[in-house]
Amino acid sequence: MNNNDVILKSEGISKSYRMGATRVEVLKGLDLAVKRGEFVAIIGASGSGKSTLLHILGALDSPDSGVISFEGKDLARQSSRALNRFRNKMVGFVFQFYHLLDELSVLENVSLPAMASRSVLGWFGARRSVNARAEELLTRFGLGERIKHKPYQLSGGERQRVAIARALMNEPRLLLADEPTGNLDSEAGNGIIDVLDELNKAGQTIVMVTHDDRIAQRAGRIITLADGRIKT
Amino acid sequence: MYKLILATRYLLKRRMTYFAVLAVALCVFIVVVVMTVMTGLVGDFKEKNHRFAGDCVVASESLVGFAYYEDFVKKLEGSEFVDSVSEVIKSYALLSPRGRDVSRGVEIMGVDPVKHSRATGFGDTLYYRKNDVSKAFVPSYDVNLPGCVLGIDLALQRDSNSRYAYDSSPGHVGFAVSCFPLTARGALVLGTAPVNTKTFYYSDHSQSGLARVDDSLIYLPFDEAQALCGMDGGAKRINAIHIKFKSDVKLGVGCDEVRRLWELFKGEKADESQAYLLDAVTVQSWLVHRRSLIAAMEKEETMMGAMFGFVGIVVVFIVLVVFYMLISHKSKDIGVLRSVGASSIDIIELFAGFAAMVGLIGSCFGVLGGWQFLLRINKIEGWLFERFGYQVWDRTMFAIGDIPSKISPKVLAVIVVSAVAACLIGALVPSWQAVRLKPVETLQVNQL
Repeated sequence: MNNNDVILKSEGISKSYRMGATRVEVLKGLDLAVKRGEFVAIIGASGSGKSTLLHILGALDSPDSGVISFEGKDLARQSSRALNRFRNKMVGFVFQFYHLLDELSVLENVSLPAMASRSVLGWFGARRSVNARAEELLTRFGLGERIKHKPYQLSGGERQRVAIARALMNEPRLLLADEPTGNLDSEAGNGIIDVLDELNKAGQTIVMVTHDDRIAQRAGRIITLADGRIKT
Repeated sequence: MYKLILATRYLLKRRMTYFAVLAVALCVFIVVVVMTVMTGLVGDFKEKNHRFAGDCVVASESLVGFAYYEDFVKKLEGSEFVDSVSEVIKSYALLSPRGRDVSRGVEIMGVDPVKHSRATGFGDTLYYRKNDVSKAFVPSYDVNLPGCVLGIDLALQRDSNSRYAYDSSPGHVGFAVSCFPLTARGALVLGTAPVNTKTFYYSDHSQSGLARVDDSLIYLPFDEAQALCGMDGGAKRINAIHIKFKSDVKLGVGCDEVRRLWELFKGEKADESQAYLLDAVTVQSWLVHRRSLIAAMEKEETMMGAMFGFVGIVVVFIVLVVFYMLISHKSKDIGVLRSVGASSIDIIELFAGFAAMVGLIGSCFGVLGGWQFLLRINKIEGWLFERFGYQVWDRTMFAIGDIPSKISPKVLAVIVVSAVAACLIGALVPSWQAVRLKPVETLQVNQL
């Protein structure tokens, strides 16, 4: 594998949690490399550490040991400011329960990452282009008529598409999706996978966690987690 | 920008924040009303005391007074910083309405009405002779009789509404004033009688707004009072000199200058036979001279301030509870914001902005409500009195007219800033808690 092709690499990742008096080792020295433009599905039984791995890859959590490097840079060596910027610009998160902000409209939810990276003055300067980008994404995902709606006025599938649009707002190099279809019926779930597939075909790197083999089959590569390690 | 939008939406969409706004508004309302009334009362009381005393008072602590005052008055009148000077005889006497066998102890002040009006606010306190103070001691019903100015509560009765029942002219009433004349050494003057008594006729009354003054003080013509007190023989004596400084002279500077002149004067008179009387004389600003009265009011004001400090603590606690509940409900939002790159400072700014909004809006409502209430406070009190016979301050006991209702911009600014600060302090702990939340924990399925 050419090093230049690798966008994300983890080496010897370990993570454990304390549960009462015992310590549970979730990840045990896990190695993983994701190439640019790849669509990787991580599958495994419930509690196998899939979501924990995804959060660590996206710098929402930190490993007990091991190295995560994104485009060759060790995330552990980055300042908290650089990590905030990393989460804002480099990765987009899609969660199982959408995690849209109830107080914001669909358009505002999608614009959130762009707002987070700008000051009030900066926002007024870029407002038109940001809104245009958010509307373009929403139209692309069939939600052009829903921009003024509130999340609670949308169906599950629609909410997840809004969440994907939000994740793509700042054109991140890596999309991390945690059980994106886990809370949807089969039809809506297929719709979401179609969207991810389409994005991947357009060059988007995607790492998706799922417990559903059928959904995982749509990815280019499947990694199975078992007992805190990648099952070969 | 999202911080502003989210803070505004939290404020508008979350019903519990209405309670925080309401709590702030109520506290600000109460503080504005009470502090305005209290500050007004204290300010009014100070102003009345200032009007009563002038700017500076040179006074003897002894009833026998001090001599050689004419020379010192000349020095003062020749000074550039002095506007006017009034010599005063001050003593105690028995007052008996003529034809009645009753008497009561009163304080007497012998003054030249014109000079005393220039040095103090005496002229403004008169009723019939306000426009011609030179006739303050001239009864309108007989200009040949010696007049006296009575404290208003000695002269007039109050009606059922606690208002004075004024007459169009002073009643023809005489008062026998009896004094014990004292020598410079403090002994009774040996004469035909141990007590000097003279009858004065009610020529006017004085309403200073100071309960103790209006209830127990009578003003007499200077020469008459000096004679009554036995201070007119040999080296004439007085008890005090009230001084008004020119408008551009600062109080402290003026008093220091009078003190300097007094020390010089004392040196000059050191060899005089009654020089020992000058040692009991003090030079004080009106604030120090009236300190015993003003200090009590100021203490009350400080205590009110402290009590409302506790009200501020209640606001902090209410805001803390509301924010704690809100942040508990919004932990998912914090996780989402962190996942799109928001920093810890951004989260603190979001909730601090929200707290500031709660404080500002609550303060605005509180100030508006307080202002409207204060505009009507005297009407409301009047209505309560007419309807239920209730008065906040019984006017027969408290020498106040209207309840003060003039809002001080300075007090208002302090209250609003304090309210916003209280909200920010209340939001501090929950915000800090929010920052410490791990995004991963807030986004977990079991947190939803």
